[in-house]
Amino acid sequence: MSSRTLPLLFINLGGEMLYILAQRLRAQNTPADKAKKVMNDIITTMFNKKFLEELFKPQELYSKKALRTVFDRLAHASIMRLNQASMDKLYDLMTMAFKYQVLLCPRPKDILLVSFNHMDAIKDFVKDTPNILSQVDETYQQLVEMYTPLSSGEFQLIRQTLLIFFQDMHIRVSIFLKDKVQNSNGRFVLPTCGPVPHGTQVPGLIRLFSCTGEEVTRLQFNNGGNYTAALREGSFETFGDRVTKLGTNMYSVSRPVETHMSGTSKNSAQHTKINTAPNPLAKEELNLLAKLMGGLEIQKLGNADSGFRVNLFATDEEEEEALITRPDELSYGVINIQATKDQQANAELAKIMGEFTESGDQSPSASSKGDDLLAMMDELQYVQAALIGEGGWRDIKQGQQAAVSWDIWQ
Amino acid sequence: MVMIFSSLRLTADHPLPFQQTAVFERELCKMYHKEKSIQIKNSASALYNNLSVLRIAPRRLTYFTVVHANVVNMVSASWDGLNYSHRQLQSKEPNVATSTSLIMQVAFCVLPSRDLLVVTSQKGIQIYESDGSIMVYWHALDTSDAPTAQAVFARGISAVWDNYICVGVSSGAILVFDVPSKGSNITLSEVLEEHKEPITDIASECSGSQECIADLVSADDGGNLCVWKSGKEFQLLNKIPGFDMSCSSVKLWKGIVVAGYGTGQIHLFEAVTGILHAEVNAHARWIYSLDIAPFSGLLLSAAEDSLVRVWHLTVTPETNSVEVAHLHNECVTDTQICGAKFCDGDGYAFAVTGYDLSEIIRYTQL
Repeated sequence: MSSRTLPLLFINLGGEMLYILAQRLRAQNTPADKAKKVMNDIITTMFNKKFLEELFKPQELYSKKALRTVFDRLAHASIMRLNQASMDKLYDLMTMAFKYQVLLCPRPKDILLVSFNHMDAIKDFVKDTPNILSQVDETYQQLVEMYTPLSSGEFQLIRQTLLIFFQDMHIRVSIFLKDKVQNSNGRFVLPTCGPVPHGTQVPGLIRLFSCTGEEVTRLQFNNGGNYTAALREGSFETFGDRVTKLGTNMYSVSRPVETHMSGTSKNSAQHTKINTAPNPLAKEELNLLAKLMGGLEIQKLGNADSGFRVNLFATDEEEEEALITRPDELSYGVINIQATKDQQANAELAKIMGEFTESGDQSPSASSKGDDLLAMMDELQYVQAALIGEGGWRDIKQGQQAAVSWDIWQ
Repeated sequence: MVMIFSSLRLTADHPLPFQQTAVFERELCKMYHKEKSIQIKNSASALYNNLSVLRIAPRRLTYFTVVHANVVNMVSASWDGLNYSHRQLQSKEPNVATSTSLIMQVAFCVLPSRDLLVVTSQKGIQIYESDGSIMVYWHALDTSDAPTAQAVFARGISAVWDNYICVGVSSGAILVFDVPSKGSNITLSEVLEEHKEPITDIASECSGSQECIADLVSADDGGNLCVWKSGKEFQLLNKIPGFDMSCSSVKLWKGIVVAGYGTGQIHLFEAVTGILHAEVNAHARWIYSLDIAPFSGLLLSAAEDSLVRVWHLTVTPETNSVEVAHLHNECVTDTQICGAKFCDGDGYAFAVTGYDLSEIIRYTQL
């Protein structure tokens, strides 16, 4: 539908990811310098110039699989490692949070304010690092240029596109359940009270006019809710009070991040089944992935001291348990390598991506990686590709731990 | 009664004159209650006017259609409530096996000679027999001359007069198709280029009155309304400018345009002159659907605010006056409503769909 949806989806999901990671890094008592490095590395990658250029081009939304792959990559842009279960949970939280924000936005245009809230927080994360800060500032400009001229109808189309993307996702999030913004069936609470959106009047008035335009009658009716007048409008500039709290950081050290896997509705299962069916990654999606990898500074693999694992769960046992018990229909099914007839081609592709963690090979230079990948993909006619961890290609079956362990960073 | 009405300024504090009170009390007794919902195979997507209803009296059946992404869910419900059958249509171009595209709207078009089902998507327009069994026509949208950042899609569907089906396009154009009384020889008769913004909804005069000059109204994302007279060459009778706010749903009844906006307001205009007769602060969020029951003048409005409201319209051509009275509210808890339609011409029953909801909720009068 709307070809301007992807940048907003990416920036908001990225913002949520940073909130969650920051909270987990604090909760795990990660040394400050390591935590800062992780945040800076991820933000640098997120705002890589070439990547953003690709992102901001008018295009249809990526498939769920492709987007999940991008975020897998992004989460591993630094020395931090996440196991499959933790990555799944991270993605669940990010997507449910943004779905909530999109649904609760009073006006479709307010999605831009939500995006600015995320941008403001990201800017705050990197305020001491000038070179990353300038990348972030440039992105603000791009957002303002691209989105502030859009009409209300165009924003609604963006919103409708996002809602189709999030359709049937009802994962229960602990923090939402506690705050009573989500019901136990996974659906969000939509209050019929509170301030009306900017530009809307409190419902309840009927005005009748004569042919000459004079008001002749006023009637009141019961609006069935408890509404108040609109608040002032938030700032759509690169700085300022956004007024809305949607998109601000709701996590803190004392509020753990949990999701509940049980009790998902039958319909949600049906829908996700459709999405996990084999689906070729479109050329555009591959382009984006390539650009993302191209912008990534490869972490030297030999230095085992600097790497560390982050757990989205309270204990390692919980993490393992979560992986085993995750319902099949909720697996993101991140992409498997199709077994091709040509085993040698398979090996060649893996080599192109470099970084076999076992041998600690250095990867080929980052900039040619993207082009090589695309060329390889075309030649070998790969239908799907797996991308987990530090560029290594893995054969991952849904819901299972990788056969080759990449936990050497522990 | 009208003369008394026009000289009073009524607020909640002022009691109505006796006659009006009596009228209101009778009206207010027409409350609705919830019936058994119809389950559908997928949840409804957040799209304007995402419910279409076709009543087939000879077979004692009602068809419902609800859009989910690139799929149309069709349910056929028998009036005795005992039989339900389901069908799904997927939007894809003929001869292209894997291509799919998102559907913007689906609507039944009732013509004197036949009933058809029209599906509008990002790729084009498909017309099926009303039971969805056979596709009789396919029109591909021309994507070549749209600027790349602009979305291309078809949206806004209405049958008009004896033999036309009008469909809106994101460029603002309205395609007029000439439909023969049977067979698949549907042709593109005319392209109306008056709107400059994407079409949101189109509606035809539904009162059945032969006296109405205007028989079609179209709305766009800027809130602009165009009023037309159908024919071999459609005539633009009037243009009612918008106020930079999308008009998501529009209806035409007894020469009155009823328009619902993203601000939650409903406006009533005299179609041919553009005179604003009524302004209602109806909803706290974006309106997604309007419907009129032509025999009784009941109006149904539904919005993202979880509320469906029933109103009563009175149009008196002799005095050129329009009245709107509020009758009833239904709250569909925690749901952003995307479709609401009366199931019959009197407004005895209505049906509702909501985003992420896999059921069609029904209400009937007590």
